[in-house]
Amino acid sequence: MTLDLVIQQLVNGLIVGSFYALIALGYSMVFGVIKLLNFAHGDIYMNGAFVGLIVFSFMGLWVGNGWFGVVCALLVSMLVVGLLGVVIERFAYRPMRNAPRLSILITALGASMVLNGTALALTGGRHFAFNTDLGFAGVDISTVHITYTQMLLVAASIALMAGMQAFVSRTMYGKAMRAVSIDMGASRLMGIDVDRVIALTFFMGSALAAGGGVMAGAYYGSVHFFMGFIMGLKAFTAAVIGGIGSVPGAMLGGLLLGLLEAYGSSLPFVGSEWRDVFVFGTLILFLVFKPTGLLGRSVVERV
Amino acid sequence: MVDGATILQATKRPRLIRWSVALAALAGAVVLPQFVNAYVTEVATTALLYVVLCLGLNIVVGYAGLLDLGYAAFFAVGAYTSGILTAEFGFNFWLTIPVAMAAACVAGIIIGAPTLRLRSDYLAIVTLGFGEIVRIIARNLDITGGASGLVGIERPEIFGFKLMQVQHFYYAFLVLALLTAFVCLSVERSRMGRAWFYVRYDEDAAAGIGINRVSAKLQAYMMGAVIASVAGCLYAAKMTAISPESFTFNQSLLILLGVVLGGMGRIPGVVLGAILVALLPEVLRGAGTYRPLVTAVALLAIMLFRPNGLWPDKRV
Repeated sequence: MTLDLVIQQLVNGLIVGSFYALIALGYSMVFGVIKLLNFAHGDIYMNGAFVGLIVFSFMGLWVGNGWFGVVCALLVSMLVVGLLGVVIERFAYRPMRNAPRLSILITALGASMVLNGTALALTGGRHFAFNTDLGFAGVDISTVHITYTQMLLVAASIALMAGMQAFVSRTMYGKAMRAVSIDMGASRLMGIDVDRVIALTFFMGSALAAGGGVMAGAYYGSVHFFMGFIMGLKAFTAAVIGGIGSVPGAMLGGLLLGLLEAYGSSLPFVGSEWRDVFVFGTLILFLVFKPTGLLGRSVVERV
Repeated sequence: MVDGATILQATKRPRLIRWSVALAALAGAVVLPQFVNAYVTEVATTALLYVVLCLGLNIVVGYAGLLDLGYAAFFAVGAYTSGILTAEFGFNFWLTIPVAMAAACVAGIIIGAPTLRLRSDYLAIVTLGFGEIVRIIARNLDITGGASGLVGIERPEIFGFKLMQVQHFYYAFLVLALLTAFVCLSVERSRMGRAWFYVRYDEDAAAGIGINRVSAKLQAYMMGAVIASVAGCLYAAKMTAISPESFTFNQSLLILLGVVLGGMGRIPGVVLGAILVALLPEVLRGAGTYRPLVTAVALLAIMLFRPNGLWPDKRV
């Protein structure tokens, strides 16, 4: 591997990794509070990309395809899709909260399929172009060209995650979230409005996924109804690597997975067609040898 | 006070009715191809295939309470093992079945052993990934024929009679479905079946009375895998050509829908669900891209409004 390739894959890995991290973070937060894997999370990411694209296209009529449009699309999409997450929680998860575990999982799967099926029905399964005009200016390191856009993407996702970490560790609601994740029943007795905290968690997790969706859509220039499926799987892998339920773990896991994938797929015997198999193998290895992840605490099965 | 004789009578009579209904349904299934055209026989054959697959998944989901989202992967393992052995190496079809079963066992251990020790949610998402991975492997290897698939799979022979027509495969699948149902019935009442049932309802209590919950779950998972792989062998022989696109996530979802729709854990309910799922594409022929949405809404509606299925298990 030449030095150029090493640098190039570092850039690629950090960008993809920051998308993984954003989505893994939402997974982890929801898991932390209700101890449930939100299957719909990948589809929420996909919906975020679509809402972003719609906003961006409308804005494009007035402000063009530049930065301002992307930022507006990002903010609106985070808000709209965050509310969508609240709606999903209200109608699919809340009625099932005391149901057997298997029923909750299948309901979550159903919610995910409804989101996916709606997107398929509305788009007819077509790929949509997300044509941005952000320029190619940037810096050169040896022969590798890194655009400002790429740097900003990584910086923006790190800022979002840092904001989330600050929210969870510093604010009153963050404290309530942590309390609910430790013991839901006791939190209710202490006067915490558990339903509201759970709704807020879904809002924030979904908003992060939507942010990731808009960024990924703008970066790759294409949006598709099936984009959330593999992304959901990889975000889960990232969350497991970092330690599910842990906010810094999700960030670390996402970035590590991005780098692992970037360097892994440039190995001669792996190649891009085996990339997903490689990621999945990593997940299995982690589940065998370190199921709690790098930064996670051991999780006690809910009875 | 209710005396024992009354209870005995009350439980005996429905059992008589149940067995006569089952026998009548079986007789109907046996004579069906004599009265209908090839199209209906084809759909009925698909329905029987789903009956086998749903009964197999029911062991995992219904009996042991584990959510498997990549069940089609084991179906693919069976189909590809049998297909490769007959098409590339000239094996006899019947000899490929034990090989396919062994392959499914190995795959089941690789996926099940690390994940079944953990929370049940992990299994769901790992199997989801596994389903994708098997499809990607089938698409990228040379021996599986790549994206275009494997062609020229031999049709099986039995006592010098070659299975060729739709009707022949209809009966082959009927026999397999009956065998599977028989296995499920006996396993349901065995010591193992009761252990699964206990693990499903209360894992910790089950562990408390000395059931090894990890091995109980692994047994259920592997048994489901083996049934799917046998169904895959026969499917490959019927189609003579298979491609990775027959084993997508959607396929796994349809099988799961069949189990959930009819009623998890109960054989008649699962059979009903399987038949409904096989009819679904025929009913939704004109729906096009709306088809997955209809499936999704059906699944969600069942879970929210009738979580025990259309024909629920009375033991719940």
